[in-house]
Amino acid sequence: MLTGPALAISAVLFTLGVTGVLLRRNAIVIFMCVELMLNAVNLTFVALAQGLGLGGQVFVFFVMAVAAAEAAVGLAIILAVYRHKQSVSLQNMNLLKDG
Amino acid sequence: MTGTAVDLIWLAPALALLGFLLNGTLALTRPAAKTLVSVIGVGVLAGAFVVAVLVFRALTGLHPDEPLIFRYWSWIPVGTLQLDFAFQVDQLSAVMLMVVTGVGSLIHLFSVGYMKDDPGYARYFAYLNLFVFFMLVLVLGASFPVMFVGWEGVGLCSYLLIGFWFSEAANANAGRKAFIMNRIGDFGFMIAMFMIFRATGSLDFDTVFLHAPTALVARGSTVTAITLFLFLGCTGKSAQIPLYTWLPDAMAGPTPVSALIHAATMVTAGVYLVARCNLLFAMAPVSSAVVAGVGAVTALFAATIALKQWDIKKVLAYSTISQLGYMFLGVGTGAISAGIFHLATHAFFKALLFLGSGSVIFAMHRAYHHTHAHDDAQDMRNMGGLARHMPWTATLMWIATLAIAGVPPLAGFFSKDEILTAAFARGGAEPAWLVFWALGLVAALLTAFYMTRLMIYTFHGPNRSGEDARAHLHEAPWIMTGPLVVLGVLSAAGGLLNVPKLYHGGAWLEHWLEPVGKAGAALLPEPQLSTNTEWLLVAIAVAVATVGIVGAWRLLKPESLVPASKAPEERGFARVLRNKWYVDEIYDALIVRPLVWLSREVLWKRIDQRVIDGGAVNGAARGARALGWANRWLQTGQVGMYVAIFVVGVLLLLWRAMS
Repeated sequence: MLTGPALAISAVLFTLGVTGVLLRRNAIVIFMCVELMLNAVNLTFVALAQGLGLGGQVFVFFVMAVAAAEAAVGLAIILAVYRHKQSVSLQNMNLLKDG
Repeated sequence: MTGTAVDLIWLAPALALLGFLLNGTLALTRPAAKTLVSVIGVGVLAGAFVVAVLVFRALTGLHPDEPLIFRYWSWIPVGTLQLDFAFQVDQLSAVMLMVVTGVGSLIHLFSVGYMKDDPGYARYFAYLNLFVFFMLVLVLGASFPVMFVGWEGVGLCSYLLIGFWFSEAANANAGRKAFIMNRIGDFGFMIAMFMIFRATGSLDFDTVFLHAPTALVARGSTVTAITLFLFLGCTGKSAQIPLYTWLPDAMAGPTPVSALIHAATMVTAGVYLVARCNLLFAMAPVSSAVVAGVGAVTALFAATIALKQWDIKKVLAYSTISQLGYMFLGVGTGAISAGIFHLATHAFFKALLFLGSGSVIFAMHRAYHHTHAHDDAQDMRNMGGLARHMPWTATLMWIATLAIAGVPPLAGFFSKDEILTAAFARGGAEPAWLVFWALGLVAALLTAFYMTRLMIYTFHGPNRSGEDARAHLHEAPWIMTGPLVVLGVLSAAGGLLNVPKLYHGGAWLEHWLEPVGKAGAALLPEPQLSTNTEWLLVAIAVAVATVGIVGAWRLLKPESLVPASKAPEERGFARVLRNKWYVDEIYDALIVRPLVWLSREVLWKRIDQRVIDGGAVNGAARGARALGWANRWLQTGQVGMYVAIFVVGVLLLLWRAMS
């Protein structure tokens, strides 16, 4: 039931997420793109669970729990970086760069 | 599908959602297109109202015993939980539909004038349309989860609109407070849903209520727990003790938002939920008593605070909390129609009061803007004598005041009287309800008093706005006064919806809601009151209202008031009331500070800094360094030594492999 379209949407979302992570410079936007990728995978899980049993749906909850923890840690890091550098642009985060 | 106009029900929320999408796009692309935004924002609501009227008319023709359910798509199919995205139309949701779209349209229209000069005009209408969409999902949802989507959605819109002027920290904080307080309530709602699913195996309203009498033990602990958790959700959304403190702060939003969301519609969602689940509450007498008791206590408690507030909107906010208490007293008593009746009449007169106060604030604000004064445009101590400058607003707000005070034959008289009568009647069998009735009666006295106080200080006596500002005080434009007139008519005549048999009326609403409440009503004792007792109760109610109004008129001296900037601090008990019984401070000391202390001193300084940073992270590094240091003596630089160790190692391996 609607597995094909769901997988297609999931693929589109995932691609958008990857593109965003690769192209954007703002840490918060990149962070949102990572969430987008996670949720695209969630959608795949749910869509495939229609035919393959409930395991996929259960797994989604684990992904959500991990994503929530990741969001808390990630946002805390972004906040800390902002306080330190007054910016959330990745271009300014080059302390580890050689020279 | 019924083949009538009821089938169009999906169109009402769809229109509101369309409005949100269009206005949201405009807000992002061309926020200056105010005419287009107004046309879309008000137009979709007017369209939704037309749909509501058509649905309502068709439903009157059908008058079905069972709710009409429209399934649109399979939403959450998980194992035994098969949940459809479905709407349900019955007498109760039809009444809510009319109130939401009707009062909503008027408030949208008012907003066109009120928000005219705001730079966030398009964003405002986008949020307002989105709110109506979620509110319609809430009242039309055919299952707990669909309702919950609306329930959370209106909470989101409430947050967005309270913090609409987010550049000021106080407004943003008020929005967050509302959101967090509501989360506590939502937690209760979710626990209740889990328990319902466990007990009945379903979350659709019709299946749950069908199976409830067999799956749940009446007066048992499960049904009591379910209903108490549901009610926890209601105390959050509908601002009852103990979660009411967000509503007064929510007045930080634009005034039409206060009228629509924090008076007429969203905050009544809890009352709707209890009415919807009347069967479950009837099966749990303890929960019913808790609902009625909390309602009665809240009604009185909030009314005492309203006595000493100076901000015109704060008075109305506490008044709203108090009136919501009445509604809960009604639905907790099992008088579903009385509670919903008060919900509808309250939507009329409280929307009128808020929009009227909006007109007043609009006028004050403009006057101060002209004179470049920085006084508080919402403080009643800076008003006074406005009736001379704004006769329409004053007259209409007097109608609403008399209605909320319970003066016959205005709307509030019938609805409030019906709730108190129902509570008194149930007191015959269970004396606790007599206490609730008495609390409600005292609250009615205070209601009449503080509302008259508001009117006297705002509209009568000498003007305290200052010489320069006075010349600039004008009535609001017609696009704002027009909706007030309509609401004024509704506040005056709203009682006709449900004129009780005592006055040889048809009690239309009571009959209309009968199919919704009959399952629950069958479990409750039939209220028995003689006609004489009923007349006596009416006489008491009218006397109380009169004493409140006349008392306020006699006792309060607007002549002796001074503008806010020169006013002295209150002393004694008045100060306690002025400071809202210090409830915010108590919550801060009991909950917020211990939590902050726990997070800072234990979780951060001990667990995070010592255990995780100190033990795990630095410990691993230190361990690696210690290992390197311990084995440093092996690194001698003598090749013979290395070969010796190598040979010993190979021999050990061989020996392990052999044995």
